[in-house]
Amino acid sequence: MDALRLYGRYTAASIRGQMRYPASFLMTSFGAFLATAADAVGLWVLFAHFHHIHGWGFGEIAVFYGTVGTAFALTDAATRGFDVFGDFFVRTGAFDRLLLRPRTTVLQLLGHELRLSRIGRLAQAVLMLLIGLSLVHLQWSPRAAILLLAAVAGGMALFAGLLILQATLAFWTVESLEIANILTYGGVQAAEYPLDVYAAWFRNFLIFVVPIGCIAYFPVVGALGRHDPLGAPDWVLFASPAAGFAFLGVALWVWGFGVRHYASTGS
Amino acid sequence: MDPFRPYLAAFAARFQLTLQYRTAAIAGFGTQCWWGVIKIMVLAAFFAGSPGRQPISLEHVVTYTWLGQAFLIFLPWNGDPDVAEMVRSGAVAYDRLRPIDTHGWWYARALAWTTARVAPRAALMFAFAALVLPLVGLGRWSLRPPADLPAAALFALSIAGVALLSASIVVLINVIIVATLDDRGANLLVAPFSNLLSGSIVPLALFPDWLRPALRLQPFAGLVDTPFRIYFGDMAGWQALGGIGLQLGWAVLLAGLGRWWVGRVMDRLQVQGG
Amino acid sequence: MAPQIVVDGLTKSYRVAERDAGVAGAVRGLFRRRYRTVEALRSVSFTLEAGELLGFIGPNGAGKSTTIKILSGILRPTSGRVMIDGLVPYEDRIAHVGRIGVVFGQRTQLWWDLPVVEGFDLLRDIYRVDPARYRRTRDELVALLGLEKLLGQPVRQLSLGQRMRAEIAAALLHEPRLLFLDEPTIGLDAPAKLAVRQFVGRLNRERGVTVLLTTHDMHDIEALAQRVIVIGNGVVLADTPFERLRAEGLADLGPEVDPERETMAIEEVVARFYAHHGAAEI
Repeated sequence: MDALRLYGRYTAASIRGQMRYPASFLMTSFGAFLATAADAVGLWVLFAHFHHIHGWGFGEIAVFYGTVGTAFALTDAATRGFDVFGDFFVRTGAFDRLLLRPRTTVLQLLGHELRLSRIGRLAQAVLMLLIGLSLVHLQWSPRAAILLLAAVAGGMALFAGLLILQATLAFWTVESLEIANILTYGGVQAAEYPLDVYAAWFRNFLIFVVPIGCIAYFPVVGALGRHDPLGAPDWVLFASPAAGFAFLGVALWVWGFGVRHYASTGS
Repeated sequence: MDPFRPYLAAFAARFQLTLQYRTAAIAGFGTQCWWGVIKIMVLAAFFAGSPGRQPISLEHVVTYTWLGQAFLIFLPWNGDPDVAEMVRSGAVAYDRLRPIDTHGWWYARALAWTTARVAPRAALMFAFAALVLPLVGLGRWSLRPPADLPAAALFALSIAGVALLSASIVVLINVIIVATLDDRGANLLVAPFSNLLSGSIVPLALFPDWLRPALRLQPFAGLVDTPFRIYFGDMAGWQALGGIGLQLGWAVLLAGLGRWWVGRVMDRLQVQGG
Repeated sequence: MAPQIVVDGLTKSYRVAERDAGVAGAVRGLFRRRYRTVEALRSVSFTLEAGELLGFIGPNGAGKSTTIKILSGILRPTSGRVMIDGLVPYEDRIAHVGRIGVVFGQRTQLWWDLPVVEGFDLLRDIYRVDPARYRRTRDELVALLGLEKLLGQPVRQLSLGQRMRAEIAAALLHEPRLLFLDEPTIGLDAPAKLAVRQFVGRLNRERGVTVLLTTHDMHDIEALAQRVIVIGNGVVLADTPFERLRAEGLADLGPEVDPERETMAIEEVVARFYAHHGAAEI
């Protein structure tokens, strides 16, 4: 696929560019690791004090946390273009240049930069995942592996959708909104805990509106071999990551709407 | 007032400009509400599973969380974006063309940048968590009023302390950004410490006992833990004043460190040509 | 043959937010926004045949950039019609921009941290240029614009003149038949300006590339433009061959100031023209 090849070229160029500044890369990687480690430490502190939440122990929470964190880290690495969209592209008018190229804006923004520094965050998430999996003594099976992979894939789609939606807002208000740092990081936080911890209305929000629960809770519950305290049938556990992709589809549609608006009002 | 004129002007200008971004304020408020709700639900679930006395009551934790959201912007995560922009565009040295003290200039602007963003969000958050929630019957999860009048007064003082301390740290981050001529690394290094050590992620009261004394003394505690404990009376009277004193002490110390460091960095830029 | 570019009755209005000064104004701005309507284009019409070289001038804020943006497809007009090579630019964006080249004098399209040649290669992939053809075109452009020594350098290390030459090459790698140049000589020293003008002139004469040039430098126009359109107050004030523009600009002076006519600088002629039409910068 031609678009995929171009994405590969973009990525290679981006990596080459970043490797020219190895000190910066290392510092940001370490910083990213620290940032997420702080979250994990907070988590540990809570469990050190309370020992369990709704019957879930630290190991299980670590699996939820690691799965979601991995999905987010991978997406975060790829979507810097959308992250800085308001400041770098809209405010400076650099978006015009993207419109002047015979490619979709989404592809070009994805190709803007592959943030190598997110390795720090990825490493921390994977670490938590492995810690959690060992603490729960997971029975490995194809089913568990598929479910975890599906969770990560669905999670990547969902987070991409969230970041694209946030970038779309930049078409209307040029000030970069904290909404992303908190909506996405808040979403990651919400998915750290199993859904039965939350009140019913919030749970439903996390399943049907911003389906974060679908890409973390259900598939991970299935992978852990637990019975879902919410009583969802088995097929839901498998199918739910698709909700992430559906969300991405909606986000892309809204994005197209934003591009049209930009073309109508100019910069 | 005359020696302070440029700095007051810088503050006023940045404050006004930042207040303009009302969409950002409303959007920020919205998602912070969401974040607050998540935190409270999680903490409530933890508390529910652990009967018996806790070092901090659920009621106070709820108030703590809402206050945290109201004043979230005071947590120093990033340096001043204008400074980062200057580094990117290579214009850092031009700031030296102005007949003003760089540290003071940055400090005034950082103070304006944070307070102008906190003010609307705090107002909205209080309106929501302290007024709306009880009205819709969710009083259990609302932001309670301060313990008493002295607590309220001390809290106001403490929040001023937070603003000053926060600005000191933001300026320090600025210095790191300029010193390394890189806007990305510095931003990530301070945030985790801000978040964790201030008690923003988890109230310091829930940390292991043996860590708590050290935690209460470090500078970040003054950003969240100290003012909020004053609010619901956990720190009162002399203890509260001591806490405020510690906040201001750290603010002055970190500002001093910033001043010294700015001088060195700018001197180096003069030689290298920034 | 039908004209390459047809512009008919183009209009464009913007809503711009207004804010009162002072703290009170800032606080009020939190609650209520006032807007005023800016009419950037009130009615612009012209046609361009393939192979023409058109100069586009006008005071700042007159609507030049707006027109260029609409023609390039990145801005939608409020009303009016635009057809370029049979396409409506803002409707068929991807098809349209694949066929045009655009150079902005104030901004580079190349990647800041990448060496020039790597940026070129990336553009090859973006525009899907056949690799063999790309190599020929690239080598030709490098030779014509004197870029051999710059190819390995990151764009951020280039001087303004070098960057502009690289910029022009970048815009032509996919061999567009239509080239928009927006202030291409701004900030360049004399030899660089000369090089750019010579290159553009040859491109137009020898390859038949249609060129639409906006500039404030009247010497660019003198050197290159067969035809000039003056935009002021959102309308076309003049659409004439360049020689006639001089005459029109001096038309209001009357016979008494004959000696001045011959020696007056072209900038002054044009400034008078603008003033005469009430089209000075707002």
